[in-house]
Amino acid sequence: MEWAFAGLFGACIVVAIAVLAILLGSVVVEALPYLTPSVVLNFASHRPETAGYAAAIVGTAWVVGLTLLFSLPLGMAAAIYLEEYAPRTRLTRLLEAGVSNLAGVPSVVFGLLGLALFSRLLGLGFSILAAALTLTVLVFPYVVITTQEAIRAVPRSIREGALAVGATKWQTIRRQVLPAAGPGLLTASILAASRAMGESAPLIVLSSVIFMTFLPLDPMDPFVVLPVQIYGYIGLPQEEFRGVAAAGIVILLAMLLSFNSVAVLARNRMQRRRW
Amino acid sequence: MRTVEDIPDRARLQRMLASLEARYAWEPGEALVRVLLLLSAAFAVIVTFAIGLVLLGEALVFFGRVSPVDFFTGTVWSPDIPPLAFGVLPLVAGTVIVAGGAALIGLPLGLGAAIFLREYAPQRVREIVKPILEILAGIPTVVFGFFGLLVISPALQDWFGADYFNGMTAILVIGILIVPLVSSLSEDALSAVPADLRDGALALGATRLEATARVVVPGAFSGILASFLLAISRAVGETMVVLIVAGQNIDLELNPFHQLQTMSAFIARRASGDVAAGELAYQALFAVGVALFLMTLALNVLSDRLRARFREVYD
Amino acid sequence: MASGEGTETRSIQRSARRGRMSGTAIAVVAIVVLAAVGAAAYIALRRDREIVRVDGSSTVYPITSAWAAGFNSPDRQVVVAFSGTGGGFAKFCRGETDLSDASRPIKDSEATTCAQNGVTGIMEFLVAYDGLSVVVPVGNTWAQNLTVRELCRVWTSNASADACGGAGPRVTRWNELNANWPDQEIKRFGPGTDSGTYDYFIEAVLDPFGAEITADFFASEDDNVLVQGIANEPNSLGYFGYAYVVENLDKIRPLAIDDEDPTNGAGPIPPTEPTIKDGTYAPLSRPLFVYANADSLSRPVVRDFLRFGFSASGQELIAETGYVGLTPSEIATQVAKIPT
Repeated sequence: MEWAFAGLFGACIVVAIAVLAILLGSVVVEALPYLTPSVVLNFASHRPETAGYAAAIVGTAWVVGLTLLFSLPLGMAAAIYLEEYAPRTRLTRLLEAGVSNLAGVPSVVFGLLGLALFSRLLGLGFSILAAALTLTVLVFPYVVITTQEAIRAVPRSIREGALAVGATKWQTIRRQVLPAAGPGLLTASILAASRAMGESAPLIVLSSVIFMTFLPLDPMDPFVVLPVQIYGYIGLPQEEFRGVAAAGIVILLAMLLSFNSVAVLARNRMQRRRW
Repeated sequence: MRTVEDIPDRARLQRMLASLEARYAWEPGEALVRVLLLLSAAFAVIVTFAIGLVLLGEALVFFGRVSPVDFFTGTVWSPDIPPLAFGVLPLVAGTVIVAGGAALIGLPLGLGAAIFLREYAPQRVREIVKPILEILAGIPTVVFGFFGLLVISPALQDWFGADYFNGMTAILVIGILIVPLVSSLSEDALSAVPADLRDGALALGATRLEATARVVVPGAFSGILASFLLAISRAVGETMVVLIVAGQNIDLELNPFHQLQTMSAFIARRASGDVAAGELAYQALFAVGVALFLMTLALNVLSDRLRARFREVYD
Repeated sequence: MASGEGTETRSIQRSARRGRMSGTAIAVVAIVVLAAVGAAAYIALRRDREIVRVDGSSTVYPITSAWAAGFNSPDRQVVVAFSGTGGGFAKFCRGETDLSDASRPIKDSEATTCAQNGVTGIMEFLVAYDGLSVVVPVGNTWAQNLTVRELCRVWTSNASADACGGAGPRVTRWNELNANWPDQEIKRFGPGTDSGTYDYFIEAVLDPFGAEITADFFASEDDNVLVQGIANEPNSLGYFGYAYVVENLDKIRPLAIDDEDPTNGAGPIPPTEPTIKDGTYAPLSRPLFVYANADSLSRPVVRDFLRFGFSASGQELIAETGYVGLTPSEIATQVAKIPT
C-alpha cells in the first residue's frame, strides 16, 4: 500500500517530465538544422535561411527585465502588507480577492488594458515600456500570491523572537521574515519570469512588432519579443519556417533556463539551511 | 462548568485580551513604510477597477443593443453567422469544461508531484526535478497549442473519434501546462510545514503515507489551496492553446470531443482579428469579458471562504 | 577565553563575513558590469532613425515585411506588426500607425472614425492578390472542379430549392452534387469568423446569391492548421490562400472554379499565378491593401517605401511570399497615387 502510493506520486512526476521530454524533443529535432550563430545574430527575414532573432532576443530581455524590475518589488510589497500589516478585516479580504481575481483575467484583456491605459492614456505608445507595464500587471497576482504563501510559512516563533529582543515591525520583516521566506520569494521570481517570457496574445494587441531590423535600446522604442516572433513564423506557409520557429523556441528556453538557474541555485542554498 | 460564554461582560473581556496582544515598537518612518505597502496591495484593486472601466464602457454600448437577459441566458452564440444570436452560455460551458477538465488533470498531477518531491525524493533529485518542472511553466503557450494539435489531436481522432478541433486536446494540454504552478507552490507549502510535525507523527508510529496524508498535507493546506486557485485561474484565462486546438462552436456543446470555444479564446480572437472595431460583433468581446470577470469573482469568493475555514497556524 | 579559542572564533567570524560579503560583492560587481556594458552599447549603437509603423492584417504582413526587408537601412526602419485588420484600422485612425495592412477594404464606420480623429486623406493602395483556393485532400479522386453556385450550395445553410441562384438547396454529402461521387458527408474546413479570408469568401461566393453561410465547419485562424486538418480528413473540403496551397501540394489539391462567366475565361479555371494575376481565376482572387493617410504620405520615407514596394525589387519580393503581384498597368495606377 505504501509503495503503491509512493509509486503513484512518482508517476505524477514521470508523466509531467515525459510530456516535457516529448515536447522539447520534437522541438529540438526540428530546430537542429537552424541552430546556427546566424539565427541569433540575424534580424528577422522573409527567407528562412537568413531569418534570425537578434531583435527579438534583445526585446525579450528588455521587456522581461523591466517587468521583473517593476513586478517583483510591487508584488512582494503587496504581499508583505497583506500578510504582516493588514488587520483581518473585510477590507483586507477585499484586497486579497482583488489580487486573486486578477489571476483569472485572460492575458489578452491585459493587452486591451495596456493599450487603453499605458499606450494611450499615459502616452507611451507601442513601446517596450508600455509592454513591460502591461506584463507587470499580468504577473503581479502570481508574485503576490506566491510571496504571501512564502511569508505565511515562516513560523510565528521567529517573529516573536524578534519582538522579544525589541525589534520594530519593519526590522523584524526585513531581517528575519523575508530572509526566512527566501526560497519562496525566489520561486515567485521564477514563476513570474516564466509567465512574462511566454506571453504573446497581450503583446500582439499592443502592436508588438514582428518585423524590425534594429536592436531596441530605448524603453520607448518599438519592440519585438520571442513568443510573438515565433508565432509570426509558425503562421507562414513555407515549411522551412517551422524549423526557424523551433529554433526560436530553443533560444527562448535557453534564456529562461539561464535566468532560472541563477534563482534555483540561490534557492537550493537557502533551502539546505532549513529548520 | 463555567465557560467563556458564562462570563458576564464578554465584550470587556475580549477588549482586555486584545490589548494584551503583542505590539511591536514603531520607529519613525515605519508609518510611511506601511502606507507604501498598503498602496502596493491596493494596486490590484486599482488595476481591477481599470480593467472594469475598460470593459464596462464598451460592454454597456453592447448591452444597449442586446438585452442582458438574452446575453446571460441564451444558448446560441453566433455573433457573426446569421441568424445572429448573442447568448453567452455556450462560451461559459466551454470555459467550465476546459478549465474544469484541465483542473481535474493538473491539480492531482501537480500535487502528487509536489508530495513526491518533498516527502519521498532525496534532496538531490528534488533540486534537479523541481527546476525542470519550472521550465515547463516557461514554454510559450503557442508551443503547447501546436504540440496539442500535432500530437494529441490525431491520437484522439483515432482512439475516440474526436473531431480535428476538440476541447479534449485543450483540456489535456492545459492540464499539463498548470502542473508546474501547482507543484512549485505546493512543494514550497509542504516544505514550510515544520519538520517536528512530520517527525512527531513518524515517532508515534505512523507510516510515511499516513504521516504525509494526515499531517503534512493538511498542514500545508492553505498553500496547496492557493496553488490550486492560481492554477484554476490560469486555466480559465488561457487563450492561445484553446485558440489553436479547440475550434469554434455556435450551439451549447457539452461533449469535449467536439469543437468548443471558451470565453477567453473568443476575446483573444476578436481583439486581434479582422472585425471592425465599432461593430456589435466586436463589442461582444467586452460583454464576454464582463461575464468572465463575474465568473472569476464567484470562483474567488468561494475559495476565499474555503481558505478562511482551513487556515492552520503553527507554534 | 584562552587566546587560542579567541583566534579560532575570530577566524570563523572573518571567513563567515568573507563568505557573506563575496556573495553581495559578486552581485554588485555583476550589476555594475552589466550596466556599464549596457550604457556602452547604448552610446555606441544609438542613432536617430526614421521609423515607419505598419500594422494590421496578418495576411498582408508577409508582403510589407518582405518589402521592409529590402528597404530598411540603419537610418530608415520600417517596423511591421499584425494586430489584425480591425485593430490595425483602429490604430491607424488614431494616427498611431503610418500604414495599415488590410485584407479587406476599409469600412465606412472605420473611415468615419478616422475623420473624427483628424486622420484625413486616406489613400488605398492595392498591393497584391491572394488567390483563395478551394482544396480537397490528395486522396480525393473524384472532385476536379466546381461552379461558384455549387460551392455556394456546399457552404450555405439555405435549404430552399432555389437557393444559390437556382442551383438548389444546401448540400451535406458529396453525392448530392454529383451522383457519381461518394455517399459521404462533406467535412468543411475554413478560416474562422475573425479572418478577412472568411469575409471575402462570403462576399464572393454567397452574397451574390443572397445566401447565408452555414455554421457547420471546422474553423481556425491559422491556415497551416487548416492544411493539416484537411489533409487528415478524407472527405474534407476547405479554402485558404494560394501561398499555402503551393507549399502543400503533397497533401492537398486545389479545385478549378467555374464562375460561369464566359467573358472572364471559359470553363473551370484552376488557381495559378497567371490566372490569378490576369483575373481569370474569379471570383476568388482576393485583393490585398495597404492604406496610408495625408500625414504619413507627407513623410518622404513613407513615400519612398511605397515606391520601393511597387518597384521591380518589391514585386520580386512579393513573388517570394506566395502572393501574386500586380500587372504593370495596375502598378502604374497605384504608383500614380503616391504624391511626389
